Amino acid sequence: MPDATFLDSTELVLNMGPQHPSTHGVLRVILKLDGEKVLGADCVIGYLHRGVEKIAENRTYAQFNPYVDRMDYVAAVSNGLGYCLAVEKMLNVEAPPRAQAVRVILTELNRIASHLVWLGTHALDIGAVTPLFYCLREREEALKIFENYCGARLTTHAFRIGGLQYETYEGFEREVKAFCKMFGPRVDEYEELLTGNRIWNARLKGVGVLNAEECKEYGVTGPVLRAAGVQWDLRKAQPYSGYDKYDFEIPTGENGDTYDRYLVRMKEMRQAARIVEQAIEGLPEGPIMGKVPKVIKPPVGEAYVSIEAPKGELGYYVVSDGSTQPYRVRVRPPSFVNLQALDRMVRGGLIADVVAVIGTLDIVLGEVDR
Amino acid sequence: MPEEHKPEGSEGPAPSSGEAGKSPVKPVPPAAKPAPPKAAAPAPKAPAVMAATPWESDLARDLKERLGPRVKETSTYLGQNFIVTTPDGAAPALEYLKLEADFDYLVDITAVDWPKRADRFDLVYVVYSFARNERLRIKTAIPDGFQPQSVVDVHLAANWLEREVFDMFGIEFAGHPDMRRILMPEEWEGYPLRKDYSILRQDQRWVRENLGIESGQ
Repeated sequence: MPDATFLDSTELVLNMGPQHPSTHGVLRVILKLDGEKVLGADCVIGYLHRGVEKIAENRTYAQFNPYVDRMDYVAAVSNGLGYCLAVEKMLNVEAPPRAQAVRVILTELNRIASHLVWLGTHALDIGAVTPLFYCLREREEALKIFENYCGARLTTHAFRIGGLQYETYEGFEREVKAFCKMFGPRVDEYEELLTGNRIWNARLKGVGVLNAEECKEYGVTGPVLRAAGVQWDLRKAQPYSGYDKYDFEIPTGENGDTYDRYLVRMKEMRQAARIVEQAIEGLPEGPIMGKVPKVIKPPVGEAYVSIEAPKGELGYYVVSDGSTQPYRVRVRPPSFVNLQALDRMVRGGLIADVVAVIGTLDIVLGEVDR
Repeated sequence: MPEEHKPEGSEGPAPSSGEAGKSPVKPVPPAAKPAPPKAAAPAPKAPAVMAATPWESDLARDLKERLGPRVKETSTYLGQNFIVTTPDGAAPALEYLKLEADFDYLVDITAVDWPKRADRFDLVYVVYSFARNERLRIKTAIPDGFQPQSVVDVHLAANWLEREVFDMFGIEFAGHPDMRRILMPEEWEGYPLRKDYSILRQDQRWVRENLGIESGQ
């Protein structure tokens, strides 16, 4: 990696963000440049730090549940699932089959919604304006299902510790099925716009390469890891919520570049729709709430539970001292850990590629800063 | 003398509903003397305690063999394996696990504050092995002011994770290349996730100088 500037010319330090639109929130990157070439990037984060982990220690287990939605706010359902599973693990209860199936449906719809936000904004950053409108159009359909189900579109608080609070609404199955039927051809539509597009290829291929070894070194997970050729997905590796019952594939890439990450996420959206289809077909009847005491007091102890969130491994490490409030909740945020690889990915590239790489990492600053 | 049940049940909302650090302390009502013990009153149930069982496996044996007395305990709880090491045993354990047992993915580093204990902090590492599909926690108890060995040279991922532990708990890692705060402002006073840091506390001086307001609340 070139660390010295060319011909001893002065190194230029350029500040990007925190208000730059392509940083997707309040990320500040201090770029060291030699002309247009990036010599290094230093991230400044914390602008959105709200002390979520501190809040957890001052709320009861159930009261903290809505707060987790405010971390990765484009995938709030996943956050809630991870937290509920962690507390359920400590209480040693399991959500009933119907609740698990509904959880899978909503979580996968949320994965689609999250990936659509990524695709729309990533394409917009690179100069393709049209996909944003298409993506938001389909995302709207998913958000409508959330809204009909629990009354909220973004910070859903969809799940409760032990299962679900609400039964599905009249027409839930019909709407979810209609979404799945509609969605496949829409992904074809996005691919038609982008996959073979010459500009899109030129801007993405070979940009921001992170190979499998580097991914593991940096602890990078999710689509970024899979695009580097590692077929690893927690839904398969350590299934939870009955994911082992569904038939789906883990898409992988080969080169670990921005283009492969694009392809992986596109395929993941198709797979997510496939899971939703299977889950809604075989939606079991029965109760939606497990045997959870009114006052949640997990025994003294600790557990680390993680799920495959749209961005990667989302983990909760919960410590209980036997009281009604968690003694400590640690969130292992995929965005925070993935963002650490930014410096490695942009080094040696051009300044325009920084925008592409931030987009392809798919970070949400609410989760980076917590 | 005291009326029977008046003080009880008239206390208003339960205090657990938030703001544990609320400053104005309610005056204790004069009649709040403990009521004469009722015969049937059950003693407050002691919370169930973490019943960790010993973890027996080849890996646990190897770890004990290789690191000797630095591994104090190998246990499992709720199906999750963890080892407890001495403060100087965590870094060698991580290195051994990575180089010889395929635990090549450092998932997380965090800490837990137990202010009443002599060894105030629990430092917790979570590692995962892709080859074995297995997760393992490494825990070590360290006193306040102790500088644990940084593991950045073993796992690059430790860089930001250790910075966050430093930022939130004030635990400095020896040998870390860039030991700065990460989420809080550089000049901020105090370490927010310590238990003696009230949820309402803030660095007044920083807020006044940088935001030009008296309070951020």
